[in-house]
Amino acid sequence: MPETLLEVRGLNAWYGESHVLHGVDMTVRPGETVTLLGRNGVGKTTTLRAIMGIVRKRTGTLRFDGQDLLKLPLHRTAHAGLGFVPEERGIFSTLDVMENLMLPPVVAPGGMSIEEIFTLFPNLKERRSSPGTKLSGGEQQMLAIARMLRTGVKMLLLDEPTEGLAPVIIDRIGDALLSLRERGMTILLVEQNFRFASRIADRFYVMEHGAITTGFPVGELEARMPELQELLGV
Amino acid sequence: MVTIFGVPVQALLGQLLVGLINGSFYAMLSLGLAIIFGMLRIINFAHGALYMLGAFVGYLMLAHLGISYWLALILSPLAVGLFGVIVERVALSRLYRVDPLYGLLFTFGLALVVEGGFRYYFGVSGQPYPTPKALTGGMNLGFMFLPVYRGWVVVASIVVCTATWFLIERTKLGAYLRASTENPVLVQAFGVNVPVLLTFTYGLGCALAALAGIMAAPVYQVSPLMGSNIIIVVFAVVVVGGMGSILGAILTGYALGLIEGLTKVFYPEASNIVIFVVMAIVLLVRPAGLFGRDA
Repeated sequence: MPETLLEVRGLNAWYGESHVLHGVDMTVRPGETVTLLGRNGVGKTTTLRAIMGIVRKRTGTLRFDGQDLLKLPLHRTAHAGLGFVPEERGIFSTLDVMENLMLPPVVAPGGMSIEEIFTLFPNLKERRSSPGTKLSGGEQQMLAIARMLRTGVKMLLLDEPTEGLAPVIIDRIGDALLSLRERGMTILLVEQNFRFASRIADRFYVMEHGAITTGFPVGELEARMPELQELLGV
Repeated sequence: MVTIFGVPVQALLGQLLVGLINGSFYAMLSLGLAIIFGMLRIINFAHGALYMLGAFVGYLMLAHLGISYWLALILSPLAVGLFGVIVERVALSRLYRVDPLYGLLFTFGLALVVEGGFRYYFGVSGQPYPTPKALTGGMNLGFMFLPVYRGWVVVASIVVCTATWFLIERTKLGAYLRASTENPVLVQAFGVNVPVLLTFTYGLGCALAALAGIMAAPVYQVSPLMGSNIIIVVFAVVVVGGMGSILGAILTGYALGLIEGLTKVFYPEASNIVIFVVMAIVLLVRPAGLFGRDA
């Protein structure tokens, strides 16, 4: 059993008075790509936001790379080695592509160089001086992922990176995530697109009503498809 | 005598210069207001009081410690900037999570306290601040007489505004500030200490107000009310330029100063209200201001 990079145990989280996460348990090992499945509104995004510390009202155990994330202020979480790619992508309109790319501070050595990032996402190189929000949806998603790669984070939290994108763009984002995986990046992914997820994920967790109900390796995906389609309503 | 539209050229250029000088102060003050509003989402009603504070710190340094204008040009903004840092840490930072009205009320109250305190000690009459020796006298430009100090004010304010614009639009620190204006939570999740940026921004805005104050000291008199006289106009400038727009605040500051000057030549009776007339028209046509984004 290899060591654990991210350990989530009995995680509860609240948005104001509303109790959203009811004891989430999961672990992610170094170098793994883990996908979180579930219907809309079961708490997948909240799980990522609670791990990151954007949702502050949390109880339970949240350890990453030996550090207790519950004790860290929001601006220290990235320095622990976590990179966040939000669902809405969060590209800044008053910054050009290059400024968006250079914005997140480097938190550890071992991040990719700008040349390596441009090799991975050639579109961004061509559009480096465009305003961030003038990019297409796919390019914005690439930029949202790319800017975390410079920083030397050990793990990416990706929230529905394929949402609203054309199949050809989804394939290219999949290629990029696979090549990140080869480099040893650990990824926790929230995704509705099975085809995409089965291509890159090692394991799956299923969430219902703010808790993890089951987990299985990618090899069992085919056998579980009918059950999952029922569960996720797809 | 040469005239334009029946007005002597000398009078016209003279009023344009006065307008440009007023515009220099409008620009520096509205720039600080725009930066603070952009980052902190707080309408800083204390801005006029901080401008007055800047002038008074310079005046008191000269009167009691013999500190020269040139040194005061650095020390006064530093002192007022530090005051701003303390105010932000102690009070403003606790108000970000509540209704913006609280920030407005707090800064308004702060302005009343600071101005009231100075009025108590110094009365309402102005204290003269001598023009620094190197900047006394004037230059004959051929078509008009330019007092050196007034020329210096215009040049210095352009340099200050350009430098601030450069800091915000062209540097890494500025990229953090712009990004935090759009989405502070995400910038903080990237590992940037946004609370410290907010403190810095308020301190910077306060220092800019103080710099305008010390530069204004030899032009106007140093008086506890100098801030409340100018601040209403400066708010109009910010509204016309577009809340939070840096470039808008700078350009609108100079432009409205000039328009005010021109009005003094052609229709002096309207010179006190022309800025507010412009504001009303702009708000009718572009409710977000000339440079505002969601027009």
